[in-house]
Amino acid sequence: MKKNTADYSERFGLVIAFLIMIFALSLLSDRFLTFQNILNVLRQSSINGIIAVGMTMVILTAGIDLSVGSILGLTAVITADLLHSGIPVVFAIFLGLLLGSSIGLVNGLLITKIKIPPFIATLGMMTLTRGLAFTFTQGKPITGLNEGFRFIGTGMAGPFPFPVIIAAIVFVAGYIFLKKSRHGENIYALGNNETAAEFSGIPVKRYVTLVYAVSGFLSALAGMILVGRLDSAQPIIGQGYEFDAIAAVVVGGTSFTGGDGSIWGTLIGVLIIAVINNGLNLLDVSSFYEQVVKGVVIAVALLLHRYAKKKN
Amino acid sequence: MIDKKKYILSLENIRKTFPGVTALDNVTFRAEAGEIHALVGENGAGKSTLMKIIAGIYSPDNGSIRLGGNIVEISSPGKAQSLGIGMIHQELALVPYLTVGQNIYLGREPHRYLKAFIDWKKLYNMAEEQLGALKLEVDPKTFVIDIPIAQQQMVEVAKALSINAKIIIMDEPTSALTDKETRILFGVMRSLKEQGITIIYISHRLEEIFEIADRVTVLRDGLHIATSLISDLSQDDIVRMMVGRELGDLYPKNTIPQENCILEVKNLSSGKLLKDINFHLNKGEVLGISGLIGAGRTELARAIFGIDSFDSGEIFIDGTKVSINSPGEAIRMGLGFLTEDRKEQGLFMGMSVRENITIGVLKKFSTFGFPSFRKLKILAGKFIKQMNIRTPNVNQKVKNLSGGNQQKVLIARWLNLNPGILILDEPTRGIDVGAKAEIYALIDRLAGEGVGIILISSELPEIIGISDRIIVIRQGEITGEFTREEVTQDKIMQCAAAGGRYAS
Repeated sequence: MKKNTADYSERFGLVIAFLIMIFALSLLSDRFLTFQNILNVLRQSSINGIIAVGMTMVILTAGIDLSVGSILGLTAVITADLLHSGIPVVFAIFLGLLLGSSIGLVNGLLITKIKIPPFIATLGMMTLTRGLAFTFTQGKPITGLNEGFRFIGTGMAGPFPFPVIIAAIVFVAGYIFLKKSRHGENIYALGNNETAAEFSGIPVKRYVTLVYAVSGFLSALAGMILVGRLDSAQPIIGQGYEFDAIAAVVVGGTSFTGGDGSIWGTLIGVLIIAVINNGLNLLDVSSFYEQVVKGVVIAVALLLHRYAKKKN
Repeated sequence: MIDKKKYILSLENIRKTFPGVTALDNVTFRAEAGEIHALVGENGAGKSTLMKIIAGIYSPDNGSIRLGGNIVEISSPGKAQSLGIGMIHQELALVPYLTVGQNIYLGREPHRYLKAFIDWKKLYNMAEEQLGALKLEVDPKTFVIDIPIAQQQMVEVAKALSINAKIIIMDEPTSALTDKETRILFGVMRSLKEQGITIIYISHRLEEIFEIADRVTVLRDGLHIATSLISDLSQDDIVRMMVGRELGDLYPKNTIPQENCILEVKNLSSGKLLKDINFHLNKGEVLGISGLIGAGRTELARAIFGIDSFDSGEIFIDGTKVSINSPGEAIRMGLGFLTEDRKEQGLFMGMSVRENITIGVLKKFSTFGFPSFRKLKILAGKFIKQMNIRTPNVNQKVKNLSGGNQQKVLIARWLNLNPGILILDEPTRGIDVGAKAEIYALIDRLAGEGVGIILISSELPEIIGISDRIIVIRQGEITGEFTREEVTQDKIMQCAAAGGRYAS
């Protein structure tokens, strides 16, 4: 398979760092390793996880998607408004997801057809969609949503929160797509060397457009879960989520230069960030420090990654 | 015992290992002052490793280095510079968006006012002097990106001279140069030699070595094979020492082209790059396209392959007019294009040999979008064996292979697609003679199977050796066409450079 020693040592390095963190936290707080708390961590990480799967694909093409948080915000308020208008829940969800995918598609077309660099295109889209969310709601939250809809965010499937199930499905689907399908291999190839990919006959533009559409779709999906849980769609919702998603992908070892990284790395990255948040909460650390600690963890992860790379 | 004082530089019993490989094993290399010393060997023989040790990039596991008789330790490239060792890398290491002068004195700029400011006037005066010494007519204030590769090469030489280098290592300096530019470089090398500067010269082009070098050292598989005066050896001797076996005829030619035309290009024009190009290619024919670098050879290939659009003209495949708008379409019509620049335009460096070979056939081996990786591996394995690709396994990342093997991986990718027409742009650039011979044999075999091959090459012996017919391009125009029987190097050069339409 694709796995070689370099991949292993990188991945193991991450897993070991993660296990050490868990061990340390379990010593520091007896509430940490409880079933309830673990479910809590998983539930909290499901939203970032879903977004990060799309972000992984985008970064594998050597791109970036800064608009995920804003797409989440806009699709959330519009879906909430659709629900208020009384249309069936399934239909509202469908339209919300369609909207998210379409915005992502526009991102992709700006990048591939008009050749705006991904950073600029999605930065513009981030501001634009956030502005639309404010305009649409006139700055007011939309609350009091349909019970059926709220199940997405609050429901349980057996012992597991429904958001965790959705996130798990997204991760498995992302893995299968990237590592088992020919499309995944083509995406790795174009991230590795776009010119070579094009000259080999890979429809590079189509794939790049696709990953941004997928990223938009997953952002909208994450938004549904968040709104379902909060029972409120505020125009400001999802602000800054792009950073958590990018952080998770980067901590998970996916390279910004494209073509190198994996969904499993991202999963660990998402969990590491969630555990940091959770651990700092349990230890009653001021939320001001939270950002600082996250920043340090990202820096350390990058250094470790670089070290593992060099060694191989 | 050899008088070690005689040598300006001597490396004794050098050993260097990398995980899993012994790159150099007990190698001795001695260079005299004021000589041009060629270093030859196949890819992976250890030339680059040895030079990197001299340039302070690697340190040896074992052995000693003497400079002018004294044992030295070259712990970093900076140390090498201060010892008077300059290295000109194969891939030029200039900063494109800085000026020529800035590049020459990068990191060593003259200062004034308490070292707070760069003394630009002095810098450019000094640069001008260095360039003048090389008889290089280029304004030191020009940006490096704006000057041709050959002049960039000279700027590297100027840079090496500006550190008062007594030893200059040149790693394949002519691989991107035209014949004329190579002449100029050789002139400079001879005058450096007269000034007592030692040049260590790495090249795959044996003709050049015989022209310029005084002595030659041959490495093979990390071992020192021989060091000798060049005048005591023949080209065949060197090849034999490099590959360790007899090579057959370097340019096999067992096939003759068939009658039916598979590709015809009519009146193709594109701005100033291509002007009214007309030619045809028959089944099983090897059509050479010769010309100077920048004459429009690669541009022609790119236009045919659907990479660049063109203003006017028609392309016929098997007699049918086609319009090709992307490489994907070209591939579907049975074209293949091995690009000139393996690293930038061909390989997926971070991916495995298997992935690189099979990228074009994933669809064919997929059910519902999911390829059978088992079958793909078997397929890749078949090509590795058939093309004698040296790799530990199919999962090895391509970046860990030598240049020749990387090239074979790329060729395998195209063969996988069974193209009817294969365009090869400088297929043997920078690869060793053993791999070259294999690629020539492969071209001959493909032609025998009926594949039409367009061979773009700057190496005249190569293009003359394996083409059935040769067209010459100058400034976007076809200036000559020759059959295999009538062609000579002179005739090609006359059309390529002088531009007189050669009546044949």
